[in-house]
Amino acid sequence: MSVATSLALPTSGALRKSATFLYRRPGFYLALLLIPPLLWFGTVYLGSLLALLANSFYAIDEFTAKIVYQPTLATFKQVVTQPAHIDIIVRTLSMAVAVTIACACIAMPIANYMARYASPRTKAFFYVGVMLPMWTSYLVKVYAWRLILAKQGILSWLLDAVGLETALDALLRLPAVGGPSLSSSYLGMFIVFVYMWLPYMILPLAASLERVPASLLQASADLGARPRQTFRNVVLPLVLPGLAAGSVFTFSLTLGDYIIPSVVGAPGYFIGMMVYQQQGTAGNIPLAAAFSVVPIVLIMIYLSLAKRAGAFDAL
Amino acid sequence: MSSAIQFRDVSRIYGAVRAVDAVSLEIAGGEFFAMLGPSGSGKTTCLRLIAGFESPDSGTVLLDGRDVTASPPYERDVNTVFQDYALFPHMSVLENVSYGLRVRGVPRPEQRRLALEMLELVKLSDLGERRPSQLSGGQRQRVSLARALINQPRVLLLDEPLGALDLKLREEMQVELRNLQRRLGITFVFVTHDQGEALSMADRVAVFNHGRIEQLDTPRALYARPATAFVARFVGGANVVEGALAHRLSGRSQAFAVRAENVQVLEAASVPPADAMRCSGSVLDVQYHGATSRWLVKLESGEMFAASAEANSVATFGAGAPVTLAWSRSDAVPLASEPVAQ
Amino acid sequence: MHSKRSHWNKPSPGARFAAYAGLAFMHTPVLVIILYAFTTDDRTYAFPLPGVTLHWFEVAFARSDIWDAMRMSLGVAALATLSAIVLGSLTALAMSRSRFWGREGITFLLVLPIALPGIVTGIALLSAIKLARLDPGFWTIVAGHTTFCIVIVYNNVVARLRRMPRNWIEASMDLGADGWQTFRYIVLPHMATALLAGGMLAFALSFDEIIVTLFTAGHDKTLPIWFFNELFRPRERPVTNVVAVIVMIVTFVPILLAYYLTRPAEEPA
Repeated sequence: MSVATSLALPTSGALRKSATFLYRRPGFYLALLLIPPLLWFGTVYLGSLLALLANSFYAIDEFTAKIVYQPTLATFKQVVTQPAHIDIIVRTLSMAVAVTIACACIAMPIANYMARYASPRTKAFFYVGVMLPMWTSYLVKVYAWRLILAKQGILSWLLDAVGLETALDALLRLPAVGGPSLSSSYLGMFIVFVYMWLPYMILPLAASLERVPASLLQASADLGARPRQTFRNVVLPLVLPGLAAGSVFTFSLTLGDYIIPSVVGAPGYFIGMMVYQQQGTAGNIPLAAAFSVVPIVLIMIYLSLAKRAGAFDAL
Repeated sequence: MSSAIQFRDVSRIYGAVRAVDAVSLEIAGGEFFAMLGPSGSGKTTCLRLIAGFESPDSGTVLLDGRDVTASPPYERDVNTVFQDYALFPHMSVLENVSYGLRVRGVPRPEQRRLALEMLELVKLSDLGERRPSQLSGGQRQRVSLARALINQPRVLLLDEPLGALDLKLREEMQVELRNLQRRLGITFVFVTHDQGEALSMADRVAVFNHGRIEQLDTPRALYARPATAFVARFVGGANVVEGALAHRLSGRSQAFAVRAENVQVLEAASVPPADAMRCSGSVLDVQYHGATSRWLVKLESGEMFAASAEANSVATFGAGAPVTLAWSRSDAVPLASEPVAQ
Repeated sequence: MHSKRSHWNKPSPGARFAAYAGLAFMHTPVLVIILYAFTTDDRTYAFPLPGVTLHWFEVAFARSDIWDAMRMSLGVAALATLSAIVLGSLTALAMSRSRFWGREGITFLLVLPIALPGIVTGIALLSAIKLARLDPGFWTIVAGHTTFCIVIVYNNVVARLRRMPRNWIEASMDLGADGWQTFRYIVLPHMATALLAGGMLAFALSFDEIIVTLFTAGHDKTLPIWFFNELFRPRERPVTNVVAVIVMIVTFVPILLAYYLTRPAEEPA
């Protein structure tokens, strides 16, 4: 074996010296890596959250409309005691729950088909098909529904063609659900919410369904259960983690949203709108801050419930 | 001639586990050295300490007389062949092999020339442009060998390199590695849990157990004169006689070992030679190994004893048959109670 | 691998219809938008379309306020993405190593921007801006976007780095490469496509961001903000539709590419 060049180890240049320096001090190297991002996160993100918390403990002086920098629980009291505010919270919470249930119901047949019956190629097709709307711009999707739900838009035309326009009118006259038109009613808002978060429910659910071993379904059928019974007694309990995971998304996303209620909205306020409104025209940042603590608390509670149902194992 | 590798009281501790416990050894230049032991015995950790992937918590590591305890791997004249080969998938075989030259700044055409030479040495000349994922296990192993040797290290470390190969390939590679080492004349340090491999390939073997070296010797010495019960059992599976039985048979309470092939299986009533040790029992199981047969005998006193004999030798005793086991006194090797490292 | 369909595995026609109908439902709104960009009707959202034209595309391209907003969005996205690539990679390189003190805390910290609703992030940033007596505008928008862009880049890169066998680094150093060389020849090529994918995702999400941006923008207008305002005080409706199509394309393409970049799995050798 001939080797012409000398293969002596290279002498240390400055670069190599620095490399060895860092190699011998892993703690220092780690700190070097983490300081810039942590500095950013610490000041910009954590700092903001602290500022939010701080602001929620301040109050606005009613006469001067300026923030009084004295810690007080008055603003929180405002949020949880004023009937108008309680209305807002209840309204938002009910919508979040309704949307979650609807998403679960609609997602189930789709996810079930994807996980159970689809051939590998169809499954890939479905996965991409579910992710495509997820990748589409949020605002564009909301706007699209504005168009669809509009008074002379596609949906009314469709219902006219099928002869159901009287049914729609009756629906819109219902007190809680209806409104002047679909695009400014709770029903319309509900439809849009369900549409927007559907992929977030389908994906964890499909993943969970895929993990149910086929042998269990075979055993259930073998023991005499019909498909519906198998579904209720075997599949449903096993995919609870997937459902819980998906519901975390639908619940928290609905709870904090303010765009959809504004664009496809009935006059009633939602938490998100309240926060946006208070910081804008009213300039009452403490109230906005205190209000935004509500979804945080609600989501934390929901997360602990979801964790019990196994949501974090399904993610 | 200073030793190629020297450990002075090297320890490596993980929390409560002493992976390497105050180990001292010397490996001479040009030696084919094996580190043998069960998993968790510290042999792989010692290898990594030589390579520089780990730093000792106490003690010094010397290469060619130089203290390299604090040196990173790229400053040690040592190269490693990994257990799973660790080839870089985004590079071709040729690029993998010439990696060591590339990082030293060797010019491109020279890199290519030397890499091709190396591939010829390991008999993979036509596979230069392939990717590692397109190679078989045996071929990948040769590539990792070439990749390590191209840097002309003083020491080559091999971490259980033959474990993933099937039997026939393994035996071929054993011969090839031995020949390669003789040709190159550099030090090979070889980690394995297979005692047959260690015995057949190495000049000297260090037997590891619980982070310490129980015995460091040539293969012959290890086999004929195991120092401790562990070595006796691990290398060649000898019978270890200790306690009351040892006292009854030899007159002393020191434990001793007897190789299975030195134990004769006789009829229950036979009388063995005068200076032989004997004990009685009944056959528990017989295993047919082609050239030999192996009997597992349960002694009257309760211990298990193994005896083996060539297939065409005398009687066949079936399961349950009462037998007498006998062996000459000179075949009983006394064992130390503490591990003896040299 | 084609599995034989036994009788219990056959979907009822109802199940198949429901699945495909659901999928179709998820896609129609997007198709509707594209359709409406070509309508001749400029005052209502009437269906069926009275006529089809490309006129509004011309109008859109002529409007300076749209171009201003577009420039603002592109600038914010570019800056946020670049910062995120650097900061996200540093974090991923640190977090892909073995355990160290504070690791769980950092993981939690990096989940927060996604876990907390956008409105909380928005009002938090605004609180900080007001407390610091800053002027909300371009730089505050960038600051807000950078934060969640870091998380996106980090998630992509760390997933890839975690799949890298540790002995690649050992092998590289064993062969004579120091830390810098190992990063250049081994680590960086391995994480390159994940980094690119993370960057593209961050860009798309920053371009499309509205929820947090509305809080931090002050008087500056990104394209989504322009769009949002148009929803309440529309000047020329079909132009809004055209902008919608543009926004859709600009955000959709990078995400699609990012998906294809992170799909094929490498095998260690």
